[in-house]
Amino acid sequence: MSNSDDTKSFDKDSMKNILVVALSVCFVCAIVVSLAAVSLKPQRMANKELDRNKNILIAAGLYEDGVTTDSEIDGLFENFDIRVVDFEEQRFLTEEEANAAGVDVILYDQRKASKAPSLSKGLSKKEDIASINRRARYSIAYLLHQDSKLDRIVLPIHGYGLWSTLYGFIALKGDGNTVSGITFYEHQETAGLGGEVDNPDWKALWQGKEIYNADHDVVLKVVKGAAIPGAKHQVDGLSGATLTSRGVQNLVTYWLGDNAFGPILKNLEG
Amino acid sequence: MSNVKEILFGPIFNDNPIGLQILGICSALAVTTKMSVALVMCIALTLVTAFSNLFISLIRNRIPSSIRIIVQMTIIASLVIVVDQILGAVAYDISKQLTVFVGLIITNCIVMGRAEAFAMQNPPGLSFLDGIGNGLGYSVVLMTVAAIRELIGSGSLFGFEILPLVTNGGWYSPMGLMLLPPSAFFIIGMLIWALRAWKTEQVEAADYSIGGHTALSRG
Repeated sequence: MSNSDDTKSFDKDSMKNILVVALSVCFVCAIVVSLAAVSLKPQRMANKELDRNKNILIAAGLYEDGVTTDSEIDGLFENFDIRVVDFEEQRFLTEEEANAAGVDVILYDQRKASKAPSLSKGLSKKEDIASINRRARYSIAYLLHQDSKLDRIVLPIHGYGLWSTLYGFIALKGDGNTVSGITFYEHQETAGLGGEVDNPDWKALWQGKEIYNADHDVVLKVVKGAAIPGAKHQVDGLSGATLTSRGVQNLVTYWLGDNAFGPILKNLEG
Repeated sequence: MSNVKEILFGPIFNDNPIGLQILGICSALAVTTKMSVALVMCIALTLVTAFSNLFISLIRNRIPSSIRIIVQMTIIASLVIVVDQILGAVAYDISKQLTVFVGLIITNCIVMGRAEAFAMQNPPGLSFLDGIGNGLGYSVVLMTVAAIRELIGSGSLFGFEILPLVTNGGWYSPMGLMLLPPSAFFIIGMLIWALRAWKTEQVEAADYSIGGHTALSRG
């Protein structure tokens, strides 16, 4: 089995050899892994950004699966009016104000900002229904105008599901109430159960649902099982994924509620 | 040369890692709803098995037996991370669908099993071929399961519509069960049954035999 004949003086089970093998295997593997990670990072980041833009288009209903090519995504994306939202002052910032606040609409990283104390605020337990701990002061909103009237507004949303934070977008029609689409571009929910938040059939159920009641409270619920047919404020839950469904409902309630985009959507006409 | 052929093609039917050794079932259940996703998983697993076998075999005479498992794991884990990174760069959509299952190749018993059972005792060339062979054996089962599940569950193969769906104005109403993990259990079970009916030497001897009724069996 082992060629002990030609390695008479070599004892592979000696303490010295154990250390040499352990260290050198770790060293070589670490170099290989870090080389791969570093050299492929730009490509991975570019893919991620393309995927995010694609998801904004999907939420807004502008992306046709199998028809829209990757190269068209950038072109379609240019139709959007990208604005900065200030949650403290509950309004859209003008371009000058956004620049003064140091928020670049393309480069702004809300995820990073929500970790920086100067750019975010901690949420109390009562406020934090989406389990996100901190909320960035600024957010980006993607507005689509048609014939100089607001047609769609796409808002970034995130919140905790069962295993992971779900990141996604929700698109509303110009009335700021009717859902035109929802999509999640990053999560680590169980494939086949909570992972079904990616399922196009489930996402299609959101279309045409309404978020608010007459008092502008968020009343849209992800219900367990099937929604009552025709109910405007109910979406079917994902079967076998109660906690993920609840997480989705909580994050929608939070981000469209009074502490986030709610006041802005209420005054959308202005 | 018959030895090489045996090592390369033996694992496909005679010594199939899923069919005979019943290894690697977890990923076989998880990634077989679509053929395109299953194919990428097969390629990833075959490459990892082949290269981990190669590298482990290259240093097999230096690996101290007391830490051999952890050395194997380090090499396998590094290869898996590299494969995961490459997939994220060149096939982003598919890598998103495979989610954790590429990472879980690390714990796939086939990779570890071949490293321990073959690569530790055989020269690098043969070990590499053994990795390819076992990857092929895994792939044959995975692709068969994926073909059945995608055809019956979604009416398509590799995403091309074969059976026109009712929802698209056709006549075929898909069987939802095929898209759920349990269906893979049934299909793999039936494949193993078919394989053992064909190659009867793979049938295992019963662990016990049922005795007749006795008074002692009360209680």
